[in-house]
Amino acid sequence: MTPDTRIIEMQGIRKVYDTGKVKVEALKGIDLLVTMGEFVAIVGPSGSGKSTLMNLIGCLDTPSDGRYRLAGEDVSKFGRDDLADVRNRRVGFVFQGFNLLPQISAFENVEMPLVFGGISPKKRKLRVEELLGRVGLADRMEHKPTELSGGQMQRVAIARALAMKPDVLLADEPTGNLDSSAGGDIMELFTDLWNQGATVIVITHDMTLARRASRIVEIHDGRVVTDKPVAA
Amino acid sequence: MSPRDVKVVLHLFARSARLQKKRATLTIASIAWGTVTILLLLAFGEGLKRQLSTNEKAMGENLAIHWPGETSKVWKGLPEGRPIQPRIDDIAALRERIPEADVWGEMRTGRTNMTYGRKTVNGQLSGVNWIYGDPRKHFPRPGGRFLNARDEDEKRRVVFLGYELAEDIFGKEEPVGKTLLINNSPFTVIGVMEKKTQTSAYGGQDKNHAVIPITTYKAVIGRDRLWVLVIHSKRSEDMEEVLAHANEVMAARYGYDPKDDHVWGIWNTVKGQAVGDKIRLGMEIFFGIIGALTLVIGCVGVANIMYAVVKERTREIGVKMALGARRGWITGPFLLEGMLYTFVGGLAGAAIAILIVTLLDLIPQEGARVLQFMGKPTLSWPIGAATVAILGTAGLLAGYFPARRAAAIDPAATLRYE
Repeated sequence: MTPDTRIIEMQGIRKVYDTGKVKVEALKGIDLLVTMGEFVAIVGPSGSGKSTLMNLIGCLDTPSDGRYRLAGEDVSKFGRDDLADVRNRRVGFVFQGFNLLPQISAFENVEMPLVFGGISPKKRKLRVEELLGRVGLADRMEHKPTELSGGQMQRVAIARALAMKPDVLLADEPTGNLDSSAGGDIMELFTDLWNQGATVIVITHDMTLARRASRIVEIHDGRVVTDKPVAA
Repeated sequence: MSPRDVKVVLHLFARSARLQKKRATLTIASIAWGTVTILLLLAFGEGLKRQLSTNEKAMGENLAIHWPGETSKVWKGLPEGRPIQPRIDDIAALRERIPEADVWGEMRTGRTNMTYGRKTVNGQLSGVNWIYGDPRKHFPRPGGRFLNARDEDEKRRVVFLGYELAEDIFGKEEPVGKTLLINNSPFTVIGVMEKKTQTSAYGGQDKNHAVIPITTYKAVIGRDRLWVLVIHSKRSEDMEEVLAHANEVMAARYGYDPKDDHVWGIWNTVKGQAVGDKIRLGMEIFFGIIGALTLVIGCVGVANIMYAVVKERTREIGVKMALGARRGWITGPFLLEGMLYTFVGGLAGAAIAILIVTLLDLIPQEGARVLQFMGKPTLSWPIGAATVAILGTAGLLAGYFPARRAAAIDPAATLRYE
C-alpha cells in the first residue's frame, strides 16, 4: 500500500458535543483508513455515531481530537472557508433526503459545485450534460426536482456529487427514501461507479445494502467494533 | 473580494432573484414608502423653514429699532429721569459718525384722515427718510416707485401706500398718480407696496400704513421729534459695534451716561434672527428624525423578510455549504438583495416624492393663505444626500444581519433528514 493511495486516514478521532451542561462524546477514538477504489459501508444502529463520522469524513465538521488526513491533506485544523474548498474539490455528497435545491433545474443543481469550483460556463455545460447523461437523465435536464421521481432526484444528486471529480463519494442512507426497486437501481449505480474506479463510502443501517460494498465497518457507541471485507 | 467571488455571488444571486418577484415587489414598496415619507417630511420642513425665514425677514434684516426713553442715572450734574427726545438733525450727525450703517428716523401718527373722492379712511401715517425703502422691504408694484432723495430734499407732497390701505382707499382703481387728501393736504400717490407676508413688525403691519418723506411730515404735521430711530447694519456681525458707536454719539449730544441702558428701548433683530435660525434648525432636525424613523421601519421590514428567507432556506444554505460554498458566497447574495431592494425602493420613492413636490409647486401661492405661512415643499441637495446616506446604511444593515445569520448556519446540522 503506497501512501498516495490513501484517501482517508483517521487516527484517534474524538468528537465531543458540548450542549452546555452535558458533554456528549459521540466518537470515542476512531481509527479508519480508506484507500483509493474501496467501497466501504459504515453500519451501526442509530445513535452509534455514524452521522457524526460522516460529517467528519465529509469535512462538514472538525474533530475535537485526533488527526484526519483527506487525500494527504491534514484537514483537522482547517478553517471554514478552507473546509468549504476541500468539500468542493474532494468530497461528493449524496444524502438520504436528496437535498436538491427545489427552485432550480436539474441542470443548475448539478452545475452548482462547478460554479463554486470556479469552472468556466462553457466547461460547466459540457460537464453537466455528460454527468446527467451518465445517470440516464439526459432528457430531464431542465426539469425542476419536484417534477422528478425519487429515484431520478437521487440520480441528479449523484451527478451533482460527481461533478468536481471528487476523491471520495460519500453517501448517507442514499436509498432510505426510495422504494426497493429505485433503491436497487441506485445501489447498482454506486456499484458501477465503484467498478469504474470511484472510492465510495456508504453510511447505512440496511445490511442487504451494506453487503454490496467491498468492506463493512461497524460502529457502536462511538467506536469501531468490526472492520472486515465482504466475501465476494 | 476576488473576481471569482464576485462571479459566484452574482451567479447565486441571479438564480435566487428570479424566484421572488412578489416578495421583492412588497419589500421595494415598503422602502419606497419610507423614502417618500422622509423626503416629503424634509421637503415640507425645508419649505416651511424658508417661508418662515422669508416672512420674518419681510420687515427687513439687521435692524435695530430705538424707542427713546429717559435717563436712569445722574450724569455730570444732570438729574436722572430726563426724557431723551431725538430729532431730525440727530440723523445727519449719526450718519456722519457711523458711515458703515444706514440711519433713519420715523415719525408716526396713528389715525390720520385720508380722503379720496367721497371716501375717507383712517390710516397710519409714517414720515421716514427715503433710504428706509430697501432695508424695510417696501418694494413698489410695477408702475410705481418709493420715495427718493429729491422728495425728501424738496419736501414733496408724495405718498407711498401699503397695499391693503391702498385697496381700502381706492378699491379697484389704480392709485398711482392720483391725488389723496391727508389731513386735508393733497398728496400724490407715487407707489403702492408689493404684497408680502410679514410676521414681525413694530407699530403695525407695513401693508396698512402710508409713508411720506420725513421732511414733508415735519412741515405738514409740525413736529420735529422722532418716534423711533432705526439703525440698519449692513452686516449682522457688525451690529453690536455699530450700536455701541451710535450710543456714544447720542450720549455726547444729549448728555447721558453711555452705560445707562434705560435711555433707549432697543429691538435688535439680529438677536431675533439667531433665535429664529435655531428654532428652524430644531424643526428641521425634528422632521428629519421622524422621517428617518419611518424609513427605519421600512428597513426593519426588509431585514425581517430577509431573516424569514434565511430561515426558510436554512437547508438550502446548508446544501450549498456542503457543495463547497465559502461563507462570503452565502452572505453575498443576501447583502446584494438587501441593497438592491433598498436602492430600487429608494429610487422609486424619490421619483414619487419629486412628482408630489412638483405638483404642489404648481398650486399658485397667491390665493392659498396656508401656503403663505407654510411655504412650498422644497427638495434640496442636502435632503437628498441625507436620505441616500440613511437609506444606504439601512439597506446594508437590512442585508447584513440576516446574511450573518445565514453564514452561521452549521451545514452538518441542517442536512440530516428529518
